Amino acid sequence: MKLPKFIEDFADRSQVFDIVNPAVRSPKLDVSHGTILYLEDITVSFDGFRALNELTLYVEPGELRCIIGANGAGKTTMMDVITGKTRPDSGTAFFGQSIDLLRLSEPAIAQAGIGRKFQKPTVFPEHTVFENLELAMAGDRRAWHMLFARLTSEQCDRIDETLALIGLTAQRQARAGSLSHGQKQWLEIGMLLMQRPALLLVDEPVAGMTPQETERTAELLVSLAGKHTVVVVEHDMDFVRSIARTVTVLHEGSVLAEGNMADVQADPRVVEVYLGEPA
Amino acid sequence: MSDRSVLSRLMQHDLGSRIFLGLLLLVGAGMPLAHLLLPESSFLHPSTYTLGLVGKYMTYALLAISIDLIWGYCGILSLGHTAFFALGGYAMGMYLMRQIGTRGVYGDPVLPDFMVFLSWDSLPWYWLGMDMFWFAMLMVLLIPGLLALVFGWLAFRSRVAGVYFSIITQALTFALMLAFFRNEMGFGGNNGLTDFKDILGYDLQATSTRIGLFVVTAVALGLGYIACHWIVRSRFGRVITAIRDGEGRARFMGYRVEHYKLWLFVFSGMLAGVAGALYVPQVGIINPGEFAPLNAIEAVVWVAVGGRGTLYGAVMGAVLVNYMKTYFTVAWPEAWLYALGTLFVVVTLFLPRGVVGLLESLRRRER
Repeated sequence: MKLPKFIEDFADRSQVFDIVNPAVRSPKLDVSHGTILYLEDITVSFDGFRALNELTLYVEPGELRCIIGANGAGKTTMMDVITGKTRPDSGTAFFGQSIDLLRLSEPAIAQAGIGRKFQKPTVFPEHTVFENLELAMAGDRRAWHMLFARLTSEQCDRIDETLALIGLTAQRQARAGSLSHGQKQWLEIGMLLMQRPALLLVDEPVAGMTPQETERTAELLVSLAGKHTVVVVEHDMDFVRSIARTVTVLHEGSVLAEGNMADVQADPRVVEVYLGEPA
Repeated sequence: MSDRSVLSRLMQHDLGSRIFLGLLLLVGAGMPLAHLLLPESSFLHPSTYTLGLVGKYMTYALLAISIDLIWGYCGILSLGHTAFFALGGYAMGMYLMRQIGTRGVYGDPVLPDFMVFLSWDSLPWYWLGMDMFWFAMLMVLLIPGLLALVFGWLAFRSRVAGVYFSIITQALTFALMLAFFRNEMGFGGNNGLTDFKDILGYDLQATSTRIGLFVVTAVALGLGYIACHWIVRSRFGRVITAIRDGEGRARFMGYRVEHYKLWLFVFSGMLAGVAGALYVPQVGIINPGEFAPLNAIEAVVWVAVGGRGTLYGAVMGAVLVNYMKTYFTVAWPEAWLYALGTLFVVVTLFLPRGVVGLLESLRRRER
């Protein structure tokens, strides 16, 4: 019974089959239309529960976008879809005009230029801060190459630049395991930057940070925007208020409201489902 | 001149390595000189027996370094590393057997005694070429290296890690032991290979040959140490330590973790093979007992006692434990296994970083 159906499908001339499309090998990021990330009608369900419900979201290059929403609104699932960890049931996800994220594996997506910082910092504790950045640096990763590779002065400069950017120049030779929680988070962001990503996904960067550390993180993320596109998922409303240009509010797996912080806060639906709740 | 500067840069900020290499130079050059120059009545005159003993310790130290390289720096606990040691030893043993010639009990110019005894009429194919020293030395490197390559490729590709890897390496060395015990294997079965006469035309019993072997062993230990040190200080070394601390993370960063592990394992296996090849002419025998899983575990205990992840700690542990073994098995033979067991328990419970860790914490407290 399967075969006639297949032939019937094949005879249907109103669609283009994947096999007909040329396979794109390591395509270049194309943002000529002014959008770096397209998510359209993405639906993900887990055992009948719709974590994402026809989510549609566009992000511009160089933007600093904050995604907020109550627990279970689908923030983390959205990140998982973008990085290839979760495959959606339906919808399309494109990185620039040409890179179909749903066709790429996790490492391939990372190679294409999407870096993700997880909630829990996972730096290498026995290596120094410098060595952590060195390990993360984009370049030839083959074993034989690494055995004889020496850092060029250009590479050293890049590491030092990143160190300055994340404010850990003084901790250059410190063991990463000895850093404070906030410093580890910055190092982790630095390690992402060493891979030269075009799009940075940052998951709850200030969870567990002191107010001073939170402030420093806000400065860091604001300074990254422009050069990189940054998407931040965060619970902390004060933090979001301090950095956000554009805020997207998720609710039950789809976009509830989008705009600048003042507009979003004034939106009665948003007030009802999220901001209205006593903080 | 430039070689010296490379070496000194390599040893920068590494007091332990400098002390070790200094001591090695002292022992490797000093002991043979003292043996030759000082009168036998002198307190400082080392006997031939002492020279042989220290030479043996140095081959153990080389084995310990090869274990520390993969265990201490990459978290791969091999409980079968003596398999590579013994294979290197057998390759050397085969060369030494072929050198006996007509001086054997049966006087056959080609066949070793045990083959005549088994009434074989020709050499098995894998004994061919082993009468040439260069070929035998090539096999010392290639046979353990090849085994490590095939075994490691299968294990690391299937992501066998941690305790499961330890268990299958244990099974590997046990299987090899059972195989080498069989007479049909053509390696002398139970008795192994022994009754060696000479190496490269020099009489193995002569003091000068023993001193020569001693010096060669010291040089091999020093070069092996520097090679391992160079590897762990390279960017490759930083990647393998990263793999030890977060394999998933390293893989996610785009490193082909299994390739890194594999090449490190192959190098470590070859190093253990060299240690075995130097061991055999000094002790005069190689038999399947060297494959025993217990030996492999003992070698891991040396590294644990000395302290993982420093290389010189492994050397210290190997010498320390083996000196204790020599002492106990003479003074109080029944107690040795108990002492070894106690040592392992004490080190695991109280000295997780071994003697090196203890010394470091003492030094820090003094400041």
